[in-house]
Order: sequence, then C-alpha cells, then structure tokens
Amino acid sequence: MTGSQSVQDPPVRFDCRDAFACQLEAIAAQDPRVVVVVNDSAGSSHVEGYQNKYPDRFINVGIAEQDMIGISAGLSNGGKIPFVCSASCFLTGRALEQIKVDLAYSFANVKLCGMSSGVAYGALGPTHHSLEDVAWLRTLDRMTVIVPADPLETAQAVQAAYEYWGPVFLRISRMPVPAVHPATYHFQIGKASILREGRNLTIISNGTLLHVALAAADRLAVDGIQARVMNMPTVRPLDQEAVASAARETGALLTLEEHSIYGGLGGAVAEVVVCHHPVPMRIMGFPEFAPTGSAEFLLEHYHLTPQGVCSAAQDLIRMK
Amino acid sequence: MQHSERLNDHEIQARASAIRRLTLRMLTHAQLGHTGGDLSVIDILTTLYFGVLDVDPQAPDAPQRDRLILSKGHCAGALYTTLAVRGFFPITELDTFAQPLSRLNGHPNRVKVPGVETSTGPLGHGLPFAVGTALAAQMDAASWRTFVITGDGELQEGSNWEAAMAAAHYHLDHLTVIVDRNGLQLGDTTEHTMHLEPLAQKWEAFGWSVCEVDGHAIADLLDTFRRLPLQAGKPSCIIAHTHKGQGVSFICDQVGWHHRVPTEAELARALAELGEANS
Repeated sequence: MTGSQSVQDPPVRFDCRDAFACQLEAIAAQDPRVVVVVNDSAGSSHVEGYQNKYPDRFINVGIAEQDMIGISAGLSNGGKIPFVCSASCFLTGRALEQIKVDLAYSFANVKLCGMSSGVAYGALGPTHHSLEDVAWLRTLDRMTVIVPADPLETAQAVQAAYEYWGPVFLRISRMPVPAVHPATYHFQIGKASILREGRNLTIISNGTLLHVALAAADRLAVDGIQARVMNMPTVRPLDQEAVASAARETGALLTLEEHSIYGGLGGAVAEVVVCHHPVPMRIMGFPEFAPTGSAEFLLEHYHLTPQGVCSAAQDLIRMK
Repeated sequence: MQHSERLNDHEIQARASAIRRLTLRMLTHAQLGHTGGDLSVIDILTTLYFGVLDVDPQAPDAPQRDRLILSKGHCAGALYTTLAVRGFFPITELDTFAQPLSRLNGHPNRVKVPGVETSTGPLGHGLPFAVGTALAAQMDAASWRTFVITGDGELQEGSNWEAAMAAAHYHLDHLTVIVDRNGLQLGDTTEHTMHLEPLAQKWEAFGWSVCEVDGHAIADLLDTFRRLPLQAGKPSCIIAHTHKGQGVSFICDQVGWHHRVPTEAELARALAELGEANS
C-alpha cells in the first residue's frame, strides 16, 4: 500500500455501516448464538436486513440504553453473543456504568457497536457528537476498543470481535471514507500496521481520518519530508511496540483522530511515548465541543485536513 | 437438571438461622458490611437456594441452571454465606471476607466467586441483566428460570423501570423479581426519601403479575415460589415485606444499621438472640 490516493482525484467513498451489516449477517448465518440488540436504532445502524432475516434473534429494547447493556450482559450469560448497535453518543455516555460493571468488570461476551461516532451527526450538535467514547472506554480494564478505517477493515474487525471472547467496542462511522487497505490486508486485534514508510516523523491515525493522514504524507513528500503513516485501529490494547519503534526510528509523532484530543488515540500513544522513548509529539483532534456545522465543515474548522496535518507536521519537525 | 435441594420449611428455617449467625460473625470479623440488609434478605435467599433453585454447586456454570441475581449487591455478605452453606465454596473461606486479596470483597464479583451470575453493587443493574438471561432462555425455549432480588430503595433507579417495561413487552413469565421491601434505605425510610407506594400498582401498571408476602414466613415464600408464574404470559413480582435487621432486636428496623457492623459484645448478644446455644 503506498497511500498515493490524491486529493485531486477523489476516490469512491463508502459508508462503513454497510460493510459492518454485511459481515454481521454473514456471521449470524453461521452462528445461531449471535443476536442483535438495538434501542430503536435498526435503521441508523443499517441492521434492518439482519432484522428481516433473523427476527427471532433481534431485540429492540426501546429508547433505554442502560437497560440495553444490562439485557445484553444477561444474554451473554445465557449463551448468546450480542451485538449492540446504537448511536455511539448514547450507547457509551448514557450506559457507561453498565458498560463498566456489567460488561468489563463482569467480563461479558458483548460487542458494542458505536454507530455514527465522532462528529458524523454534524449540525445536530455536540449532544449527538461522540468525541469522548474512546477515552471513556479505553480506561476500562478488560475492554477492547477498535476504530476501523474503511470497509475492509470494518468487516475484518467485526469478524475479529466475534471470534474474541470478551467485551469489545467497535466504533463505526457513517462518514463516507475511501478504501485505504489492499485486499491482502489482515486485521488483528492489538496490531498496528504501516501504510507508508518514512523516516522524518510518524503520523499515527485510525478511523475516518486515516485517509487524511495518507494524503498529508503525499503532500509532505513534495516538500522532502518523508512521513511514516501508521494505522492504529486498536486503541486498547495498544500496540506499544509499534509506537515505541516509531518514536525510536522517526523521532517525532503526530496523532490524528476524529475524537477529543484528550484521552483518545493521542493520549494512548503519549502514555507509551513518555514512558519508553520521549520524542516531540502533536495530538490532532477536537479540543472542545464543536460549533454548528456539517461534519465536513467541522473537520476543516479544526484543520483535520491534509493541509492542516502538513502544517502541524512541519512545526513538529522543527522541534526535533 | 436435578440438582435442586428441596428442603421443607422447617429445614430451611434452620438453615436461615445458621446463615444469620455465620453472616453476623463474618461481618464482625471483617468490621465491614451491610448488617441490616443482609438480615433482611436471608430468609428469601435461603428459601430460594434450599427449596427452589435448580443449581449445582459442583457445576456453577451449567447452561441449564436457574439464575439468581442479587441486585442489591451491597448485601454480598448474605449471598456469600448462603452460597458457602449451599456448597459453592468452603464455609471456612468466609473468614477471608474483605481481607486483602480475598475473592470475597464487599460486592459480589462474577469473575471470581462461583455462583455469582453478574457483578453487582451499583443499584439498578440486576433487573436489566435478568431480563437478558430470561430472553436468552425464551429464545432457546429452555425451561430454566431467572430470579432477581432487588432492594426497595433500589427501585428509585430508573433502569429498573426500563427493564420492567421490557420484561412485560417480551412476556417473560419465567422471570421473577423479589422486592426486599424492608422500607428503609441508607439514610431514612424509603417513603421519606422518595415515595415508592403504591408499589404493587406500579408493577401491575408496567404489565407484571404481583403478589405480596411476608418475606420472613418461609412456608409462604415456598408456596409462592412453587406456584410461579403467578400468571402465564406475564413476569412475576413478589413484594416480600421484610424487616431490615430481622432476627436481632436491637438491629431490627433501625436505619443506622444499614452499614453499621456489630462490635464483639453486640455479636454475642445477637448470637444469643439467634439461638446460638441451641444450634
């Protein structure tokens, strides 16, 4: 993978909810233990196809997120494998204590599918943005947190979450993204991958902004700066060796995520860097509750664009 | 499964007395626990574990077991002693309650303690979980049942009513909630803190079949449990009228004993009242 997609020639973009739903249906076809739990969120989670095929393994709890998590933990106790599909902002924030106690502390085999995460809901505002979910959930012992970047990685992450026994949070956006992984890509929980080699700095990203990191690396190359681009789809457990290697080998790290700059991927990377190999760092993301605007506007507003990343990378390199 | 112990009410009464004594000794030794609520729920727990539940202490995770969830997890002391007497782990292990690195901490830990279905402690978690286990059994057309014990003050948590709606919506008549209605919570009576009455009508309005029993009358409890569901097609709610601190005169119905634990002198008095000499 060269990451050579050009911003001048926009590639086809995909809604990862489709790959998510397709893989979920494929798993359900093979395993009758799989159940889907929603809070009146079948449409927004793109699981109406599943609902039609497997109505006896589909539970709508109504608008009741705390109940939804408790019910899912109980279903797991009864031998089921629940996939809970709900807008990430409500799923995580409203039910955080249930996620902590019923899923993480009790170690239940429940898959949380946080849909339409980040600022995907745009002008609906910060009540519907989910810019804190990774920070909240990655502090929970026994929790696995995955942020896939494109349809292929989304499908593989759903499969990996199913195969792993324990609570998993999958962050699934509705924001259209290009395909960034080759067909040969193989997702593994807890493993980073390098999409582009470079020696001057490493841009570590995931999710909807990974393609922005690749586009930024293209631009930096024009100015003679070779940026390594690392995909870090699993925020917990973090691939600490990959972070330490990037710090050692490139001497500067820039993280880029559709999340708060506090406690997300950037925070996770920084925790490793300061302990193992301190180097200059930049954490790019959202610093505050976002103002009114579409998702695209908000990304521009906070410079989460190829140009914005280039500028930050150039500043960072001057600190080396 | 054929692992249920079917003791009669007199035998269960003797077990309950023994469990009360063990619990008080354990709390006094640890100088930690929730004395009033433990004594309130012990008759209910003992009746279920020795007269109703189909569980096997040698196979605590057997798929077809009945599920019992203690939603009022702060009464872990009563649960631990009941599980130990029922054979889930050695009675001698009760000496480790709340001691460093013991698996018996102040609230039950599913990962470590056999017989605990889910970790509880924060209130309002048990009933949603129980709806989930009951749904799993319903999907499999299985015969195992789910019982969940809640406190009464706990019903101030809204999550219970979300779950109450769901249980009725899905016609979970193999799900039973037992409300330990002792009328007290941490700081005061439930009615002074936040009105719960008319409690039976609330459950009925949410689609449950409801009955009220004396939560210390073991024969009545047994009779009620053995005629479940109260009504086909509906989840059952048993409001068990209890006394916080039941069995010990100077603890009974005293709000201050929510999380006070006995001194050694108080333990001796309590054990004497509970017929220690006759055990």
